[in-house]
Amino acid sequence: MSVHKIAIGLGILCLATLPWWVGNSYYINISSQILLYAIFALGVNILAGYGGLVSLGHAGLFGLSAYAAAILLDHGAGHLAAILGALAITLAGTAVFAGLSLRATGIGFVMITLAVGQVLWGLAYRWLSVTNGDNGVNVASRPAPFGIGLDDATPFYVTTLIVFLLTLVAVAIFVRSPFGASLAGTRDQPRRMEALGYHVWLIRFYACLFSGLLSGIAGLLFLYYNEFISPQAITLTASAEVLLMVISGGAGTLLGPIVGAGLLVVMKNVASAYIERWNFVLGAIFVAIVILMPDGLVPGTVRLTRRALQAMRGSRPDAAQPRLEEP
Amino acid sequence: MSLWIVLTVNSVTLGGLLFLLSTGFSLIFGLMRIPNLTHGSLFMLGGYFGASLFIWAGLNFWVAALAAALLIAAFGGLIERFLLRRLAGNELAQVLVTLGISLMVADLCLVVWTGDPISVATPSLFTGFAHIFGVAFPLYRLVIIAIAAVIAIALWMLLDRTRLGAMIRAGVDDRDMARVVGIHVSKLFTIVFCLGAGLAGFAGMIGSPILTVYPGIDSDMLPLALVVVILGGTGSLLGSLVGSLVVGALYNFGQAMFPELAYFVLFLPMVIILALRPQGLFGRHAP
Amino acid sequence: MKLRRRTVLKGLAGAGVAATLKAPYVRAQGASLKLGLICDKTGGLAEGGIQMEQGLTSFLKAKNYTIAGRKVDFIVADSASNPATAKTKAQELIERDQVDVINGPLAAFELLAITDYVAAHKTPMLSLAAAEDVTQRKPNPFLLRASATSSQAMHPLADYAAKEMKLKKVVAIADDFAFGYEQLGGFQQVFEGEGGRVVKKMYSPLVTADYTPYLAQIDEMAKSGAIEAVVQGFAAANPVKFMKQYHDAGLKLPVLGGETSGDDALLPHFGDEAIGLVSSSPYTADLKTKSNEDFLAAMKKYYNVAAGQYAAIMWLNGMVIEEAVKKLGGKTDNKEELIKALRAVSLTDTPRGPVKFDHFGNIIGDIFIRKCEKKDGKLVNPTVKTYRNVSQFWTFDEKKFLSQPVYSRDYPPLKT
Repeated sequence: MSVHKIAIGLGILCLATLPWWVGNSYYINISSQILLYAIFALGVNILAGYGGLVSLGHAGLFGLSAYAAAILLDHGAGHLAAILGALAITLAGTAVFAGLSLRATGIGFVMITLAVGQVLWGLAYRWLSVTNGDNGVNVASRPAPFGIGLDDATPFYVTTLIVFLLTLVAVAIFVRSPFGASLAGTRDQPRRMEALGYHVWLIRFYACLFSGLLSGIAGLLFLYYNEFISPQAITLTASAEVLLMVISGGAGTLLGPIVGAGLLVVMKNVASAYIERWNFVLGAIFVAIVILMPDGLVPGTVRLTRRALQAMRGSRPDAAQPRLEEP
Repeated sequence: MSLWIVLTVNSVTLGGLLFLLSTGFSLIFGLMRIPNLTHGSLFMLGGYFGASLFIWAGLNFWVAALAAALLIAAFGGLIERFLLRRLAGNELAQVLVTLGISLMVADLCLVVWTGDPISVATPSLFTGFAHIFGVAFPLYRLVIIAIAAVIAIALWMLLDRTRLGAMIRAGVDDRDMARVVGIHVSKLFTIVFCLGAGLAGFAGMIGSPILTVYPGIDSDMLPLALVVVILGGTGSLLGSLVGSLVVGALYNFGQAMFPELAYFVLFLPMVIILALRPQGLFGRHAP
Repeated sequence: MKLRRRTVLKGLAGAGVAATLKAPYVRAQGASLKLGLICDKTGGLAEGGIQMEQGLTSFLKAKNYTIAGRKVDFIVADSASNPATAKTKAQELIERDQVDVINGPLAAFELLAITDYVAAHKTPMLSLAAAEDVTQRKPNPFLLRASATSSQAMHPLADYAAKEMKLKKVVAIADDFAFGYEQLGGFQQVFEGEGGRVVKKMYSPLVTADYTPYLAQIDEMAKSGAIEAVVQGFAAANPVKFMKQYHDAGLKLPVLGGETSGDDALLPHFGDEAIGLVSSSPYTADLKTKSNEDFLAAMKKYYNVAAGQYAAIMWLNGMVIEEAVKKLGGKTDNKEELIKALRAVSLTDTPRGPVKFDHFGNIIGDIFIRKCEKKDGKLVNPTVKTYRNVSQFWTFDEKKFLSQPVYSRDYPPLKT
């Protein structure tokens, strides 16, 4: 058995058995939140990390999915119909979002996504007859797939974990695929890719759709976790937060968004119980990351671990080894 | 009839305030390609420092505003020199650090000045009214137009008539060539960042008699600055000016004529304009 | 290469998660009474949230953290003005800390996010959120509200405007969200029932830098004689901004405001533009009761701040909890008994005068109409009229009130 297979197994084992070793149901719920935000962050990472497209409007897609499901449920749809309907609406919404935003790249893309996100937020706030405005929409119950109720912390966590692992596998496949490589190509050398015959716009568009789908899945988990959705989930701050998860963890890596999600969720929900000035501490952590590990926590930690291991083995650091960066 | 007069004049005054707010951001982004997301925080800090100097240290309003500008300029210089300089070209890290700093600043302000808003008295010289086309208009708002105009002219003269300005324009056009030609780009960057930050801090104090100073004003004003800069095109002084006026007009007329759409009044036109012209109204190259 | 890095880290992450999440906390032993508080210590509503903490902490400090003979464990959770965070904090308080009672939250959207969850866990919640329906059409059986519904203070204000100020035509403006709609709707219903007319209702976005577009319209209406006064229901930091801009625009019509517009805690932050503001509030700092004096003294001693509604109602919460736990002989295990005892509380000496609760858990208490003036160089809100025993239904028949829709942006509709 190779080392990395054992490591994967250990990791999954830890996560799978979490409800039994973490203690209180409160911590199980926190773990569910980390996982659902990790899915969201993975989605944003597709664009920001691998596509070089920074979006400040993804909370709009996240919220669109949650609202769509909540409204469908409110009108009497069953859970399966609501979920599928929400994802379909989110994909359609993402197509429009991408069509508008991909008119520009760089700061222009950031700004259009910000503006579209704000428009979606405004809709959530003002379309009172549909969204109930800032009072939000309550959801009466969680789904019960195959008759297993998800109302308790543990079954919900296990479901979220399964969705998370499937998503992680999908993203891993995506990243390693030729399409993923071409997306990275459009990030690094868009003009050359165009010259080579790749349809850069279309590649980015598909990447947006995938990213939107992941955001939509996360949005659904968010809705069912809270059994409530309100415009607060679509604010500029919400979009900035998920972006911060990606960047602080390590954009363009597979594990980075997950670590970033963990950092933010824990700081906001758990650490805030012990640290009164948790916003300040969180900001300071971001600044520290930028100073010490500008590529993010994951690449930085890997580098440090590598150096430590090499120092322990007594060989020369880095110079003799080719440094393979994550794609 | 008077409603339209008021809205028109106020479009210009709000535009003036927005110009003061956003021109710093435009300069910084135009030259350094850094999206300075601490800009709202600098605006807020300027308001808090200025208000404190004015109310509790008893300084004259304008002296307090200048002092605030200098303090914030210095703070900006520190940020640029010790944090942003090492991140050249790493856009994501720049986003992370600027947002991180704004989190820290916002929380510090909450600790120092608590959650209560601070109302700043209008400078006594300008508490009266001017009459324009038979409509009474608060004098101080017109003063803001004058201040914005003075600063706009001063900046234009700086950019157009001085060597420093020429170097800045060269840097905006082509940073690498500027280096090749011998321009000390790093020092230039620090100067420009200080200038941009100082302008933001100054705007925070100047705007405080109208906007008051309160926790959250940083995230309320930052999107406005972004809209102005994007609509007007980055790095262009004329663009900032026109962008400010456009946003001022959209805001005033939009809120009055389409109250149902008040939340969309800025961002929907922005989406439309950007969809048609991604470089903004006055930008030169497509971003 | 990448695979190995990733998966090693994944294993480490699992262990890391374990280390992070197993945060130690002290589970209080013995019979201590666990009080939780969910408030916005950061975020847009921090102003009110911080005062909530100050109010309840002052009460507990004054009582030496002992209520009805039991030691009190007080746990404060920051909801960051965010409903999802409020939910997580509710889970923390209920599942991890196993509190007996939750105080707060402040905002309507936070309350609505957690009300079903808290009710399902049978935890009594003493909230300040003004959302009407949680004690009307969609009641939470475990809720107690000692502050007011959105319209509870606006009904008397409308009566005062019509009967005492003899106003006939007003324009109304508030923030564009549920609290704003419900306040103005309440004012409109009573005002028009007494012969007045609300000529126009305007709503400005919660984040409005410049009120000029609205002030210009108010000015036009004033000049044409269409209105005699302005009624506003701004919340958070907006009352200060609005009044300053109102004054600076040269508008001179009298302004009447709801409970958040002239809060005593905000007074030190207004300039002279607040003079003359008529506000209606469930709490007033100039009320001469023993407990109000105790409250104000405690706030001054521990925090040296001007005390307002949020802190006062939290102090009142403390009194209500104490009274209920006393009546139960110190036993709080049976949650149904606890909420029954809480709702049965009736006190005469509180910071807001005599109070009791209706069968929905909403308070019936006095509402104070104050008019701001300057005394000894400071702004104060002396009471000009007290409305006694005001319920959430005003003088309306309860069944009739509940059969009409909840106050909203379009209800009641404007008379054309």
